[in-house]
Amino acid sequence: MSATLDQIFVLIKQWIVSFLPVAWQPVAGILLCVAAIVSVFPGLFAFTVLLERKGLGRMQNRIGPNRVGPFGIFQPIADGIKSLTKEDIVPYSADGVVHFLAPVVLVVAVFLGFAVLPMGRNMVLVDVDASLLFYFAIGASTELSVFMAGWSSRNKYSLLGAMRAVAQMISYEVPLLMSSVAIVMMTGSLSLVKIVEVQNHYSGIFPHWFIFTPWGFVGFVLYAVAATAETNRSPFDLPEGESELVAGYFTEYSGFKFALFFLGEYLAMFSISGLGATLFLGGWSAPFSFLTWIPSWVWFFGKVMTSIFVFIWMRGTLPRLRQDQLMNFAWKFVLPLTMINLFDAAIWRFLGEGWLRWVICSTILLIAYIGMGRIGMSRKHFGPRSYRYAE
Amino acid sequence: MLGEGILKGLAETAKNFAGSFVSAERLTTVEYPEQRIAPIEATRDFPFLVYDGEDWEAGMRCVSCQICEKECPPKCIYIEKSKDKKPDALGKPQFYPTRFDIDISVCMSCQICVEVCPFEAIKMDTEFELSTTDRFGGLLHDRKQLSRSNEYYHRIHPTEAAEVDARLAEEKAKADAKAKAAAEAAAAKATAAAATPPAAIPPVGGA
Repeated sequence: MSATLDQIFVLIKQWIVSFLPVAWQPVAGILLCVAAIVSVFPGLFAFTVLLERKGLGRMQNRIGPNRVGPFGIFQPIADGIKSLTKEDIVPYSADGVVHFLAPVVLVVAVFLGFAVLPMGRNMVLVDVDASLLFYFAIGASTELSVFMAGWSSRNKYSLLGAMRAVAQMISYEVPLLMSSVAIVMMTGSLSLVKIVEVQNHYSGIFPHWFIFTPWGFVGFVLYAVAATAETNRSPFDLPEGESELVAGYFTEYSGFKFALFFLGEYLAMFSISGLGATLFLGGWSAPFSFLTWIPSWVWFFGKVMTSIFVFIWMRGTLPRLRQDQLMNFAWKFVLPLTMINLFDAAIWRFLGEGWLRWVICSTILLIAYIGMGRIGMSRKHFGPRSYRYAE
Repeated sequence: MLGEGILKGLAETAKNFAGSFVSAERLTTVEYPEQRIAPIEATRDFPFLVYDGEDWEAGMRCVSCQICEKECPPKCIYIEKSKDKKPDALGKPQFYPTRFDIDISVCMSCQICVEVCPFEAIKMDTEFELSTTDRFGGLLHDRKQLSRSNEYYHRIHPTEAAEVDARLAEEKAKADAKAKAAAEAAAAKATAAAATPPAAIPPVGGA
């Protein structure tokens, strides 16, 4: 029974496809999976927007939206209708074609990332050998659409936002990759399906997730920092800082194009959370061996939604960074630490089984973290600000 | 250590998140159309015209002196003075406004009209839900729409209205006393005139 439930979507797909001629079956299967991805994640997006607005409200001791339907659950529908019916304005001096293409390119690129994520046992659209590489290659192309949007709008806020976005995304792309390279080193594979398989073993009741190793834990934290920056989420939301840049690179977008940017941003959050879960949190595997009867896809989406909640929590807590702080943090703290983490993963690999590698690897990382924190903070002055006025 | 502040902040927001479901005093939101906070006594937004008694037209205190019209900084008051006179609250014949319009889309709630009015005829209201679907005609209030009874004034600004009533009563008493004194003086004069032979004084007015 639980095996059927675990494979329910795969079985449904096979059942639908079986009505077609054999020659069409592979193509139809792929199309069906694409349709599922393209409908499930925007649905999740609507739910997340509501969750975010309610959750942020609660964090600020407000109620949040509660007017549309019971407890405001139809708020996403109202938002959707609003953005669909609004006028689509293109600035007079904008580059029309690029302006039109930018949101489309963003959404398409983000959707492509979902193609290689294993969302459950046997639930991956295409099982490529180098799926991690494919994911990062596709993920990097979102920067292009951001810059297309900022450049084609012919607006100073858009351009500044796009410049910030590109600088930020390229800076944080490096630690994002470097923190995942440790995983590739340990598993010896670039295939995400393989990476999940490696983690899907249990010692007693505890799983072999990479987050439960010193280098995996540090790698996960660094990955989370880089992922937050990569998706332009608070506290790294400089490209769309409302108080400085109106809305950043999508200032000149309205109506459905604006909705597409919004959708693309949240889809990027889902996909990067999904990748984080796959790399460090064991993908679709259950957290305890006695919970394996729960379908694998429940665990995958549960892990994604938990990450999303942490994203929202961070947004409700932290103020926005300054551009120089953002860059200093990326190049002077996060990147060196990912390098040390790679080194640490190598030590872990060659020390072999035993308690010794736990002690050594944890000590190295702890010393690196505290030491680099000290060095980074030593030149900062905390306390009341002093101002000097021009004479 | 680096990151301590972030953890503290996260704990604080988590406390808020959980606490807002448990303790009601955390949520300070007033859900406006259903829940309302009573306005404080000093609330003021747009002016209205005070009338005494039951009939708004007969009891209107405004004597159409047009001071408020001239003083109004954004010029949102328009008054047309009557040709005839009718008795006011003190019984003295006065002009009255045949038209008194306030465009509340122009009014800036400065209360200068209230301060300059010598007859306590224009006061500030607390009514704020004045939105209409007609942005020109709907926001131009005529004298009938602007009229409110003195009782209403007592209800919304009790202290201020009591002061105004006391002042008016004092003025009325003063006026009554003056009238009485004048009447007495006239009567005394008349009796004095009656006591002396009429031929002794020259005729008044020099007939």
